Amino acid sequence: MSTASTPASTPPKKGGLADIRKVFGGGQSSLRQFGILGSLIVIIVIFQIWTDGLTLSPTNLINVVNQYSYILILAIGMVMVIIMGHIDLSVGSVAAFTGIIVAKSMAEWNLPWPLAIVLGLAVGAAIGAWQGFWVAFVGVPAFIVTLAGMLIFRGGNQLIGQSTTTPVPQEFGVIGAGYLPELALPLAFNVLTMLLGVLGAGWIVWNEFRLRRAQKKLGSEMAPVWVSVVKVVVLAGVLLWAAWLFATGRPGTSFPISGIILVVLVIVYSFVTNNTIFGRHIYAVGGNRLAATLSGVKDRRVDFFVMMNMSVLAALAGMIFVARSTASGPQDGNGWELDAIAAVFIGGAAVSGGIGTVIGSIVGGLVMAFLNNGLQLIGAGADVVQIIKGLVLLLAVAVDVWSKRQGGPSIFGIWSNRRKAKLESEAPVEAPAVAPTVASNESSQPSDLPR
Amino acid sequence: MSAPPILEMRSITKEFPGVKALSEVSLTVMPAEVHAICGENGAGKSTLMKVLSGVYPHGTYTGEIIFRGEEVQFRDIRASEQAGIAIIHQELALIPELSITENIFLGNEIARGGRIDWAAAKLRAIDLLARVGLAEDPDTQIKHLGVGKQQLVEIAKALAKDVKLLILDEPTAALNEDDSEHLLDLIRGLKGKGITSIIISHKLNEIEEIADEITIIRDGHTIETLDVKAGGVDEDRIIRGMVGRSLESRFPDRTPHIGEVFFEVRDWTIQHPQVPERLVAKGSSFAVRRGEIVGLAGLMGAGRTELAMSVFGRSYGNYVSGTIVKDGREIVLKDVESAINHGLAYVSEDRKQLGLNLLDTIKRSIVAAKLSKIAKRGVIDDSREFGIAEDYRKQLRIKTPSVEAGVSKLSGGNQQKVVLAKWMFTDPDLLILDEPTRGIDVGAKYEIYTIIQSLAAQGKGVILISSELPELLGIADRIYTVFEGQITDDIPASEANPEALMRSMTSAKKKANA
Ligand SMILES: Nc1ncnc2c1ncn2[C@@H]1O[C@H](COP(=O)(O)OP(=O)(O)OP(=O)(O)O)[C@@H](O)[C@H]1O
Ligand SMILES: [Mg+2]
Repeated sequence: MSTASTPASTPPKKGGLADIRKVFGGGQSSLRQFGILGSLIVIIVIFQIWTDGLTLSPTNLINVVNQYSYILILAIGMVMVIIMGHIDLSVGSVAAFTGIIVAKSMAEWNLPWPLAIVLGLAVGAAIGAWQGFWVAFVGVPAFIVTLAGMLIFRGGNQLIGQSTTTPVPQEFGVIGAGYLPELALPLAFNVLTMLLGVLGAGWIVWNEFRLRRAQKKLGSEMAPVWVSVVKVVVLAGVLLWAAWLFATGRPGTSFPISGIILVVLVIVYSFVTNNTIFGRHIYAVGGNRLAATLSGVKDRRVDFFVMMNMSVLAALAGMIFVARSTASGPQDGNGWELDAIAAVFIGGAAVSGGIGTVIGSIVGGLVMAFLNNGLQLIGAGADVVQIIKGLVLLLAVAVDVWSKRQGGPSIFGIWSNRRKAKLESEAPVEAPAVAPTVASNESSQPSDLPR
Repeated sequence: MSAPPILEMRSITKEFPGVKALSEVSLTVMPAEVHAICGENGAGKSTLMKVLSGVYPHGTYTGEIIFRGEEVQFRDIRASEQAGIAIIHQELALIPELSITENIFLGNEIARGGRIDWAAAKLRAIDLLARVGLAEDPDTQIKHLGVGKQQLVEIAKALAKDVKLLILDEPTAALNEDDSEHLLDLIRGLKGKGITSIIISHKLNEIEEIADEITIIRDGHTIETLDVKAGGVDEDRIIRGMVGRSLESRFPDRTPHIGEVFFEVRDWTIQHPQVPERLVAKGSSFAVRRGEIVGLAGLMGAGRTELAMSVFGRSYGNYVSGTIVKDGREIVLKDVESAINHGLAYVSEDRKQLGLNLLDTIKRSIVAAKLSKIAKRGVIDDSREFGIAEDYRKQLRIKTPSVEAGVSKLSGGNQQKVVLAKWMFTDPDLLILDEPTRGIDVGAKYEIYTIIQSLAAQGKGVILISSELPELLGIADRIYTVFEGQITDDIPASEANPEALMRSMTSAKKKANA
């Protein structure tokens, strides 16, 4: 490893490997996210070369955000559903149903667009409550409830819209096709977009700082300073670079409003799943329902709210889509559920429940998005795109399953273990010198658990 | 020693990320003997057996295994089974929905041309059940059998595969004394027929009784192998090997300070959840005083767990009648949350199914039952969580490299400590402990007794459900006996003896209803 030359404060034998992983954060799931993030970067780089730099051009990036923000929004809700051990097949239909109601409300009842959005969210909540009721309080498996919902709300859309498209007013378009406005400043880039980028970078720095301070106070294991520096520089750098790309696109474009909605939702839901009681309850019920109920968790209530939340997000996604395509149609949202579910599983969630993260699912969704987008850019047809997407899903989950069966946390973990074992067997002077005494045993348990 | 050993494991080293579970462990087992493996929780006993039986395949450990004179390198469990090694794990692995016959021949079906010959299978099953002394219809579904009987089915399953070496990992941990005795007899019988057994157990009296040789493992190292037949090996000798020093007494000293009655259950009647005609608790009444440790003695299936769980927020069965009075006021505990809020805690006997989320970390498991304590407006304070987990890790001596590690990576005994920490964290007034020392080594038992006593010393009430009478007699202040859902006696521990308890545990009410 080339990192050996850096002034690492860790013993040399451990190598910088464990520390490099810490660049992507500690905790249980960091390793898998590391793997997915790696694949995302590889995919982007490949297409960037293949398309002669088109992939990372401002116009294309904006396009990707506009085109996939609603799938990513669905993935946020879906990962919570899947952690609970459920599934929601109805999201596409719910999105379409909400879309037609919102479109009609503006076109025929002349509802002002902000009210129409509120109405849309209310419709989502009502549908969610309906589905949640069957899942949580009647005990019908979510697969069945949402399969029924898929039919019911698709039919509902076509009944209300009479299987034709209903246009929406132009102002409504802002949530699906709007951009951060230009400020009247003599600068050659979109100031608000850059401002957001700088804020984000600042937050990354501050967060790392806070983390280190907390770790120091608690005396828990701490990554060497250089790891923190590299981490902050890389993350903040990527963020600022991305902001710059968005800020310097075609005049009149900048970071899309739908992207802003997505970013806000990611932050909010990451926080909810990681740091709140409700979030813990989701993982607890998904991991072991019996143990959770015996710890005082009201599992049905969690079922209900998670299913309900999913439909609210589906409603939001539906409205963004309608806003972008300026009309609501009978085929809106077809197959979205599959994209969202695929994103969640590529993002490392477990089919049996209990495992998954919002960030992982977003990265999984981005893998799908850039794959799709890149293939389109090089001129592949829809047929090929589907085949490749299917194969990627299969491969991603297969790798996950396989690496778990090996007992290791991931391919990466296995590789580094092998390497470690090899290192040790190559150093025979050390091994037999250790006599089986109680004292030797302390040293055989390094305080650092590389997970 | 004339015959060559049936099994030799040489310098086995097995590492998990961050943990060296075994280092250069050796084990030699002679044919047709019962070889016991003893050691503290987390010493590496289960890991060694998993290496032997191919759960951890060849290549994931170093060292060599010689079985019946040949070096073996098992790829998986099937490979070890084909060689004649069968393992019965700490957690049973039967499929509850299938019948006894189906379970016995699962993966080992008697087939003719691809079709399973159920008639032949059933005949074999009847024969095997007779060999293990289980009088059940082979068509019975596993879920209708108690743990003791399931254990026997596991052994029958092993016998069906023509086993040469039978490994039993804590087979009697979940059994009552009768069932344990039966199982030990069975193992002796198998030995007479030339089947070698390796048995892991924390019940040292059983080990002393049944083992021919004992290998002691401490912290992943082989310490010694004791020859029981040569004499001079008793429980104290084994303990000395296990913990590296002798243990003065099994139970810590204590002067109880018992206060007023603060918790009372009156006329508690509960229906079985599926069979409403069956009353699992029948008009049971009991009381707990502040600072008192109350024992619940009873045979397996007497209804102690059911009684405790139904009191704990009606988490078992259908409530029929009865009242709960705490601190002089009647309270209604409709769900677990309200039970926790009223200061009750229930440490379940089944930590894997009911006690823990095995996907979670130690840190998050410890705080799981009272998140509100470390949260403000629904948001959890991470650093307090870490600090609390660290405190419990030190206080209970949970053996782990970090509280951020997953609970599934802990040995059985250490998982139990995490469950205990989880309920201590809820700061209960009344702590109900259901078989808290099951599968726990002697040293850790002593620690857990100390913890129980210190909780009592803080003025909390403790209800201790245990199938080990010496344990109840050792640390309870008062003992209720339970028989078929009824409380049959209430004896101060100072006046109790095993015979009297046994009598009340096996016969209907002798005392008038309180
Ligand atoms: N899959 C795993 N990953 C990481 N560490 C593990 C894993 N399995 C076991 N260990 C660790 O290996 C050590 C030995 O565990 P093992 O289960 O063999 O103990 P044991 O002697 O059977 O204890 P007990 O009496 O409590 O069952 C423990 O420190 C445990 O934490
Ligand atoms: Mg064990």
